[in-house]
Amino acid sequence: MRVLLTFCLALVASHSLAESFRVEVEVPRLRVAEYHAPYVAFWVENPDRSTILPLGLWYDDQEKWLKDIRQWWRRTGRGQSKPYDGLTGATRPPGNHSIDFAELKALQDLPPGEYELIVEAAREVGGREVLRLPFQWPAEQAQTQQASGDNELGTVTLTITP
Amino acid sequence: MPSLLKQLGLATLLAAALPAHAHKLWLLPSHTAVSEPQWVTVDASISNEIFGFERAYPVDTVQVTGPSGERAAVDNATRMHTRSVFDVQLEQEGSYRIAVAQPGFFLMYEVDGERKRARGNDAAQMLKELPANASNVKMMESHNRLETVVTLGAPNNTALNPTGKGLEIEFLSHPNDLYAGETAKWRLLVDGKPARNLKVELVPGGTRYRDSQEDWSVTSDKKGLVEITWPSAGRYFLEVGTSDKQTSHPKADERRLQYLGTFEVLPM
Repeated sequence: MRVLLTFCLALVASHSLAESFRVEVEVPRLRVAEYHAPYVAFWVENPDRSTILPLGLWYDDQEKWLKDIRQWWRRTGRGQSKPYDGLTGATRPPGNHSIDFAELKALQDLPPGEYELIVEAAREVGGREVLRLPFQWPAEQAQTQQASGDNELGTVTLTITP
Repeated sequence: MPSLLKQLGLATLLAAALPAHAHKLWLLPSHTAVSEPQWVTVDASISNEIFGFERAYPVDTVQVTGPSGERAAVDNATRMHTRSVFDVQLEQEGSYRIAVAQPGFFLMYEVDGERKRARGNDAAQMLKELPANASNVKMMESHNRLETVVTLGAPNNTALNPTGKGLEIEFLSHPNDLYAGETAKWRLLVDGKPARNLKVELVPGGTRYRDSQEDWSVTSDKKGLVEITWPSAGRYFLEVGTSDKQTSHPKADERRLQYLGTFEVLPM
């Protein structure tokens, strides 16, 4: 019985609800005297925020500035410590970047429902911007959502492929 | 500390508690929510302007309670001309309660029809030094609790548990989790029991840069609860007071309690 149960759990865990959960992010090129690449955080939340799922963080190892990614800090960051949850890495230079979160087990285990992907960018001696991209989980067919920032983020595109 | 200085400190403390001096007493932390271990600095002053320094508020009795209830390190406590300062080290994750609280006594009496006053923190000694021919003797006990809260990482409540003494706030909403447009629910306590019908006054920081105080008030309900909706991001001064007969010295006629808090509201 125990063997069977373990087998079933393993089956659930390994079952992928999305082949890809790809986020393309444009980090805008800014003409400013002092430029630091933005710290960017990615997470998923449902409408009443009873589910908050951190997906990743781009930062340069300076925890001092993490509080400035204000919403991420409040929703999930302040409850974490190094290494931060999700696909976490260094900041990215201006240009187009792509990251696929489908490999995160916690994302694949997300219960069905309506969610938003939230992308928040905060730049040292610069500004802050938050973009929200709604999506349905799991995706019945390919879904694409796009949003554009005014200052700290360019176009952000979410593509979910079942 | 030389006793003269101490007396002066106490005098300031008591003078500020009297109705004739409507100055505000406050602590102002440099940060309230940080994401790496560091020192934060706190100012303490008495002023009309929120938050502009006018007169130093004595901080000899400052107590910082750390996230697991232990005393946290305080350094550089200094009395300057218009403010006192001290630094607080945030090492451990969680919330730190920074409090400056000291009880004092105020004696009013008449000698040959002339009104006299005395201040101190030792009621028995003050009564002993009273002239033999003093009449109309009244003694008042005064408790001012100045408080603020700062957090490293995620907030917790251990340091915020009420002590059960004097006028306090039970923070049902965490004081380092306040955001513009949201509502905080707090309970007022006197000696650990819900305090009803107390008027809590709030003033947003930056009075120097506007024509009106923009202050407002909320009153505690029968369970001692108040709900405070923060109009915008910034730092707020909170003041609430009450008085009763629960004096610590039998000769004191009245106990005056004041809670003076500084809270930071963040943009969302």
